Amino acid sequence: MIPPSFEYHAPGSLADAIGLLKQHGDEAKILSGGHSLVPLMKMRFAAPAHIVDINDIPGLDYLKEEGGHLRIGALVREADLEASAVIAAKFPLILDATKLIADPQVRNRATIAGNLAHGDPANDHPAVMLALDAELVIEGSGGERVVPITKFFVDTFETALASDEVLKEVRIPIPPAKSGGAYFKLERRVGDFAIVGVAAQVSLDGAGNIQSAGIGLTNVGPMPIKAEAAEASLAGKAPNDATLQQAGQLAADASKPVTDNRAPEDYKRAMVKELTIRALRRAVSRAEGGN
Amino acid sequence: MSTVNVTVTVNGVERSAEVEPRTLLVYFLRDHLRLTGTHIGCDTSNCGACTVMLDGKIIKSCTLFAVQANGKSVKTVEGLAENGKLHPIQEGFKEEHGLQCGFCTPGMMLSALELLQKNPHPSEDEIRWGISGNLCRCTGYQNIVKAIQYAADKMAKGEA
Repeated sequence: MIPPSFEYHAPGSLADAIGLLKQHGDEAKILSGGHSLVPLMKMRFAAPAHIVDINDIPGLDYLKEEGGHLRIGALVREADLEASAVIAAKFPLILDATKLIADPQVRNRATIAGNLAHGDPANDHPAVMLALDAELVIEGSGGERVVPITKFFVDTFETALASDEVLKEVRIPIPPAKSGGAYFKLERRVGDFAIVGVAAQVSLDGAGNIQSAGIGLTNVGPMPIKAEAAEASLAGKAPNDATLQQAGQLAADASKPVTDNRAPEDYKRAMVKELTIRALRRAVSRAEGGN
Repeated sequence: MSTVNVTVTVNGVERSAEVEPRTLLVYFLRDHLRLTGTHIGCDTSNCGACTVMLDGKIIKSCTLFAVQANGKSVKTVEGLAENGKLHPIQEGFKEEHGLQCGFCTPGMMLSALELLQKNPHPSEDEIRWGISGNLCRCTGYQNIVKAIQYAADKMAKGEA
């Protein structure tokens, strides 16, 4: 399949990229990893007149701890997350999710920022970032702004990004000691989109009770879902079966799946409950120093 | 129709062509450079038949515009053998019968190359994970795994 014609731009700086986006408005699309955009172009679901390729902009591929946050630049690839020592040590949730995205070739190209900016509820990082309470640093012709992840997803394939803005950085608070996370993804085959995915992050207090929890749901609604009632139900509780069962039920109640060729609605809802329980159980185990 | 000049170092040799920006790397290699060892399978970044290395990392050349490879280097299956001598990975596929129809083989071997460069002594699980982006409809993968194990052993002996 040959994508529709376009004019190609490869700006050397973020400012130039933003200038091009401002100039061409809705006619322009950003190209980074390209693994959402190029297939959409081949299938004629997208036909941007201008492609703004940001891959050669220097200084956007950083992954570093700074000021109590993990800062992930726009051009960090899934493969970079997979190979990162700080991700392995402090963000098992991200590592779990990254490894389940597509395959090695795709992970060499695909970016975490692109995975979010595409606004696809079937993508995995949105739920992960909802569980981790990430913030997104967005730069446009009007300057820089920081948007909490809960305000980023507006509708299916729609985000808070304006047509002249670039998602420049994903900023995640470094979890306190005795924290852990896990991602569970039910898929038909390796590297596929999730039938259901659940991201869970917990922090324990000195007594081993749950101090705070974050839960994000993949592909069970028109947008990625933060299961807030389930999160709230866990605060201050001992992480026993009854507590996790209740949170699983509340997460299932928060999901809005539809029947499609992957699975029927009631099955997906049941899987949200079960995967939430399993993800929480593993997150707690990791917070306790286990695996 | 506007075109752009694209210059890519392919298997160590600088190659140029005038292409439309929408030209995918796999078509640049096959149609413009006549390097037809890289195959087009699904054309939807699923099957991995079009796998090549871009600056040392495997990618699916059906999902990258040729213009994005401008100034970079690409390795294809044609670049595996050196001075008429098969690469250990090619030898492994030959010795262990790692192919039947051969359609997936060029991509499979490039994935094996990145895997062995990153992890010279992979377990069977790691091999299967390393080729998880390459589909084979003939072999059931068993002999492909053996071929890569053969190559790993051979390359390890070469180091010693």
